[in-house]
Amino acid sequence: MRKNRNGHAPASAERLEKAPTGIAGFDEVTNGGVPKGRPTIVCGGPGCGKTMFAVEFLVRGATEYNEPGVLMTFEETSEEMTKNVASLGFDLKGLAARKKLVLEYVRIEPAEIHETGEYDLEGLFIRLQHAVDRIGAKRVVLDTVEAIFSGFGNTGLLRAEIRRLFRWLKDRGLTTVVTAEKGEGTLTRYGLEEYVSDCVIFLDHRVTDQVSTRRMRVVKYRGASHVADEVPFLIDERGFSVMPSTSMKLNHVVSNQRVSSGVKDLDEMLEGKGFYRGSSILVSGTAGSGKTSLATHFAQDTCRHGERCLYVALEESPAQAMRNMRSIGIDLEKYVKKGLLRFEAWRSTQSGLEMHLLQIHKLVEQHKPTAVIIDPITNLLLGNKNELHSMLMRLIDFLKTKQITGFFTALTSGRNREIEESDVGISSLIDTWIFARDVELNGERNRCIYVLKSRGMAHSNQVREFLMSKNGIRLLPVYVGNGTVLTGSARLSQEARERADNLLRQQTKEEKRRVLDGKRKALEAQIEAMRFELAQEEARVALLTQQEEQRERDISQDMLEMVSFRAGGAGQGKALGQNGRVGDVHEG
Amino acid sequence: MKARSGTTPKKAKANANGNANARLMELRLYVAGQTPKSLAALANLKKICAEHLEGRYKLYVIDLLKTPQLAQNDQILAIPTLVRKLPEPIRKIIGDLSDQNRVLVGLNLLETEGVK
Repeated sequence: MRKNRNGHAPASAERLEKAPTGIAGFDEVTNGGVPKGRPTIVCGGPGCGKTMFAVEFLVRGATEYNEPGVLMTFEETSEEMTKNVASLGFDLKGLAARKKLVLEYVRIEPAEIHETGEYDLEGLFIRLQHAVDRIGAKRVVLDTVEAIFSGFGNTGLLRAEIRRLFRWLKDRGLTTVVTAEKGEGTLTRYGLEEYVSDCVIFLDHRVTDQVSTRRMRVVKYRGASHVADEVPFLIDERGFSVMPSTSMKLNHVVSNQRVSSGVKDLDEMLEGKGFYRGSSILVSGTAGSGKTSLATHFAQDTCRHGERCLYVALEESPAQAMRNMRSIGIDLEKYVKKGLLRFEAWRSTQSGLEMHLLQIHKLVEQHKPTAVIIDPITNLLLGNKNELHSMLMRLIDFLKTKQITGFFTALTSGRNREIEESDVGISSLIDTWIFARDVELNGERNRCIYVLKSRGMAHSNQVREFLMSKNGIRLLPVYVGNGTVLTGSARLSQEARERADNLLRQQTKEEKRRVLDGKRKALEAQIEAMRFELAQEEARVALLTQQEEQRERDISQDMLEMVSFRAGGAGQGKALGQNGRVGDVHEG
Repeated sequence: MKARSGTTPKKAKANANGNANARLMELRLYVAGQTPKSLAALANLKKICAEHLEGRYKLYVIDLLKTPQLAQNDQILAIPTLVRKLPEPIRKIIGDLSDQNRVLVGLNLLETEGVK
C-alpha cells in the first residue's frame, strides 16, 4: 500500500531519462546527468569527494531544479555535515528551513544492539519515506549506506534489504545517489554495484609526483552513451567541478571573422587581417624572444575592442607582468579595472595538469572571454609530453566549441632540433603557428619572427626582424641580399652602406649635370656672341650697300646734269628727259 | 553472532548497578503494522515481561506506520526493535524476540535471575 502513497510513477523503462545534477561539467560528461528516478552509486576511497558530490547533487537539485531532497547520513551527524559543506557555500540549515532539504542522520551503534530472532530494516524505509513525504522530495542521498553492515550481523539479510531499498527507491522514482567505500579489488566494499545496474561512478584521488589529482570515471551507465575515460575534477570553494572531456567529433562552428593580433606588422603578414576568431595560435620561441610581448599586445587589442580576455600567466605575478608590459607601452591595468581583462597567475607546480585545465575551464565559464591567453603553456608540462598533448587538445577543443580565440606561448630550448621535437606534438592542434627565434650574428643577438603556418590564409613567408620599443612591437623586413639575411646592426650597417652608395651616385650625377650645364651655357654665350657679330656684319653690309646706292644715284645725277649742261637747252633737256637714255642724245 | 561478543564486557558494568533492575523498566516496542514478525515480537515480549518483570515495567508499543516521526528519536532501523529506555543505558534488542535468553541478556535481566 505504501508503495503508491507518494504518487510517483515507476521509472519508465523505455528511455532513460536523466536528472541534471547541476554539478559543473558532470552533466556534460554524462550527457545530461544521473538516471532520473533511479539510484546511482558514487564510490571511491576515503577522501575522494563522494560525499561532496552527493551533497552538491542535492543542493543544486533543491536550488536550481526545484527538486527537494533528502540527505540521509549514516556516518556524520546532520550538524557535522552542515559544517563540513558550509565551506563550499552550501547552507544546509537554510535549505532545511525552507523545506528544500531534510537532513536525516541514522546512527548505528553496534554496542547497544542485540539481535534476537528475525527482523528487517523496515524502520529505515519508514524514516526515508517520512522524510521524502515531508517535503515532497525528488532526490535522495544515502551517505554511506554500507555503514549498516557494521551495525548488524546478518549480512545475508542486509544484502537483501539493500536490494529491496534500491528497488523501493526506483519504484518511487527517486533520483538517488548512494555513496560507497571502495573495496579491495572491487568498486565497493560490499559489492553494492551488483544491485545498482544503472549508473556507477568511481572517484579517485591519487598523488603522482607529489601532485594530487582527482579523477572521475563513469564505470557504467546503462542505456546511455557516456565518456568512459577518466576525467579530472576539482573540489574547491565553489563546489565540485568536473572537466568536460574532449568531444570526439570535430564539428566546431568556424568563423570567418578576423581578429587583429594587436601588432600591425604581424597582421600584415597574415593577409593584413590577423587571426581567425576562434582559432588557436601558438607562439613558440626561445627564452626572451618576445612571446609574452606578443601575447600582451593581443590581450590589449582584444580589450581595446571591448571584448573580454582571460590572461593566464604561469611565469609572472600579475603585478610584475603589468609593470614589464608598461615598458613596451602597454597598460593592461586599466582593462583589468574595467573588468575586461582577467589576469590570473599561478604557479605551474601548484597542481597537476588536469587541475590547471579545470581551473582554466572554470575561469572561462566565469569570465566569458572571447580570447584566452596562456603564457607559457609549456610551463604546464611537468610530467610527460603525452599528457600535455591531451590536455592541450582538450583545452583547444573546449575553446573552439566556445568560439574563443586561444593564444598560447611555448618556450622552446635553444637548439633547433629540440624545437622541432618538442613542438611537433602540438603543431597539429594549432591553426596559426608563429615562430620567434634569435639570430646570432656579428656579436649580437637579434629577434626574428616568422609565420610557420596559418591555416586558411595566404600568410607571409617572410622572416621579419622583431623590434621592441617604448611604443610597442614593430616587425621590420630584414635585409635580404647577396644570399644573406641580415638583422640588427648588420642590417643597419648594410643599410648605411647602401645609403652612402646612393648618396655618392646622386652626387656624381649632379656633378655631371653641372658640368654639362656649364658647357651649354658657354656654348650658348658663344652662339650669342657670334650671332651679335653676324648682326653687326649684316648691319655694316647694309650700310655699305646703302652708301653704294647713294653714290650710284649721285653719279647718275651728275651725269644727267652733265648731259643737260652739254645739250644747253631746256627743251632738249626735256626731250632727253623723256627718252631717258644717254645714247639717244648721240644720234642727234 | 557478532552482537554477542559485544555484550560480554558490558556484563560487569550492568552488574554494578544491578539493583537498578528493581526500579521501573520503561520499554518501547517499535513495529510497523501488523506483520507476523511484529505480532510475534509483541507476544514474546509480553510473555517475558509477565515472567520476569511483573509489575516493574511500562511498555509502549509504537507503530511507525502511524507515527513515523518517532523513528528518528530512538534511531530505529530494524523492525521490530525493542528499546529499553529506562534504566539507562539505553539498550536495543532487534528481532522477533523469539530467543528468550538473548532478550533477557539484552535487558540485563538474566544475571538477576541467576542470582535467585
